[in-house]
Amino acid sequence: MNKYMLRRRKSQTIIILAYLALVVALIPLISILAETVIRGGIAVNLSFFIEMIPPLGQPGGGIGPAIQGTMIVVGLASLIGVPIGVFSGIYLAEFRESSLSSVARFLNDVLTNMPSIVIGIFSWALIVTVVGWSVIAGAFALAVMMIPIVTRTTEEAIKLVPATIREAALALGIPQWKTTITIVLNSAKKGIITGILLSIARISGETAPLLLTILGSRFWFGGFTQPTAALPLSIFNFSQSPYSATDWPRAWGAALILILMILGINVVVRYYTRERYG
Amino acid sequence: MKKQKHLPNFFSNLRLKSKIIYGKRGFGDLLFKTITTIITLNVFIILFFMTYKILEGSRLSIQTYGLSFLWGTTWEPFPADPSKMPSFGALPLIWGTIVTSSIALLIGVPISLGIGLALSEFAPKRFNFVVSFFVELLAAIPSVIYGLWGIFILIPFLQGNIYPFLQATLGFLPMFQGTIRGPNVLTGSIVLAIMIIPTISAVSRDVFSAVPNTQREAITALGATKWETAKIVINYARSGVIGAIILGLGRAVGETMAITMVIGNSFNMVSSLFDPGYTLPSIIANEFTEASYPPVYSSALMEVGLVLFIIALFINALARLIVWRALKIAKGAETI
Repeated sequence: MNKYMLRRRKSQTIIILAYLALVVALIPLISILAETVIRGGIAVNLSFFIEMIPPLGQPGGGIGPAIQGTMIVVGLASLIGVPIGVFSGIYLAEFRESSLSSVARFLNDVLTNMPSIVIGIFSWALIVTVVGWSVIAGAFALAVMMIPIVTRTTEEAIKLVPATIREAALALGIPQWKTTITIVLNSAKKGIITGILLSIARISGETAPLLLTILGSRFWFGGFTQPTAALPLSIFNFSQSPYSATDWPRAWGAALILILMILGINVVVRYYTRERYG
Repeated sequence: MKKQKHLPNFFSNLRLKSKIIYGKRGFGDLLFKTITTIITLNVFIILFFMTYKILEGSRLSIQTYGLSFLWGTTWEPFPADPSKMPSFGALPLIWGTIVTSSIALLIGVPISLGIGLALSEFAPKRFNFVVSFFVELLAAIPSVIYGLWGIFILIPFLQGNIYPFLQATLGFLPMFQGTIRGPNVLTGSIVLAIMIIPTISAVSRDVFSAVPNTQREAITALGATKWETAKIVINYARSGVIGAIILGLGRAVGETMAITMVIGNSFNMVSSLFDPGYTLPSIIANEFTEASYPPVYSSALMEVGLVLFIIALFINALARLIVWRALKIAKGAETI
């Protein structure tokens, strides 16, 4: 009996430790969210959204160009990345037995886990050395990060479509490609859109590749071959500034806007796909 | 009468139709397959050009310094004596990356496994959904915001409360000696640990949940406590757990912005955890845009990228191999 009590006590201790691990992991999350809302909330007002970025240490101004820059770069990256990702995903799901599929799947994993700074220097070597620091180089880098994620989620979403739906369509004499494009894609629509949105949320916060491609700027968008501003770069630049009174609140303000964008997408997506968690 | 007349007509019609459809299907399917195949090749093209461009960019540095780049310990793009060549050696960067990733794993893995166990074994299902959601939010926060939080919240907290205490109690160890600076290797490792927790805990929760219930039932029937059952689960899922840890390691090695902002960015072989340091990614992020001259400077940074690229490939292949083996074992066990 005594030994049994000892075993039970040990078991209870470990359960408590496991719950404690959960609490420890959630403290940073709560701290980050709370500090961003409190410190960023002070800096954010209407002019913060629409005015140009001031030089470091100057009062006034806002981060309008950074919001615009992030939207343009992420938008352009999605224009490149989404079609390529979705079509690759379709191939991997529809021809899953082919030898190309298994190699492509492996390389896709490699690309997903490639450090973002490596993608940054790759984009620098490929594009910046030719056209200079530019929006297109940044969009290329982000597209390279986005393609494997979209490919993966599209493949998974299509695999979830029941075989009976596909068989029913084929039995009606519809060609396979038409079945895929109209019926299978339609059933997998929700999963694919989820994947695209999550990948957009992911690349919106990327900083390292942008540092080596769009460089950052204080001004409004000036063309696709010019450097531009972006929210993550503004956060980084303001946080490195020595002027605590003017620039640090701006870093938190920019962080608040970025975090609202990203977590907004995440919360909406998780809410609409919650039945997956049972 | 009517039916008989109709029947052959119907069949010949069907045959005709199927011919048309079949003909069209052949062409349409071929076209569809060709187009999607070409698009799927994107990943081959991207990785080919990535390898080529990074090799090409680091060629000058490889030719100048050869293998000594890997164990050199000086980083002088602009030597004080102008007659001397600039010299580059990456050993302190590699060392910094190894130290930060190992400490991050040391802190992050037990916490992540605890979370994985709590979610798959101990906690009620309802609770599971909410907590999984929060852990996933932790993964969604951008690296630069972790860095910002690290600079303004975590560093003052650690410097004020934790570090003096650590030095007072563990100061006899060389790694806890020296002046305490806020941005240092330990701060970087702690931020990395926070960032890899969502990855490792999500994967380990999934591999724990995939353990067949018969395993739990059998050991519970023998009178095991919850922890003894959990031990069986961990043992059963151990390859998956190792795969999860390697995924976390990959993330820690490649992490750039957050660690650049909190590690102090100083090029030296760190001996104390309270020293500022550098990692492979953070020197690229910090110096690349200013490294336009001399040409060998940007080439040396490219070679740092090449080292990182090779490490990432290696970690990936390893994780892949282990997960693949784990799946094979799991399948084998199911058939038994």
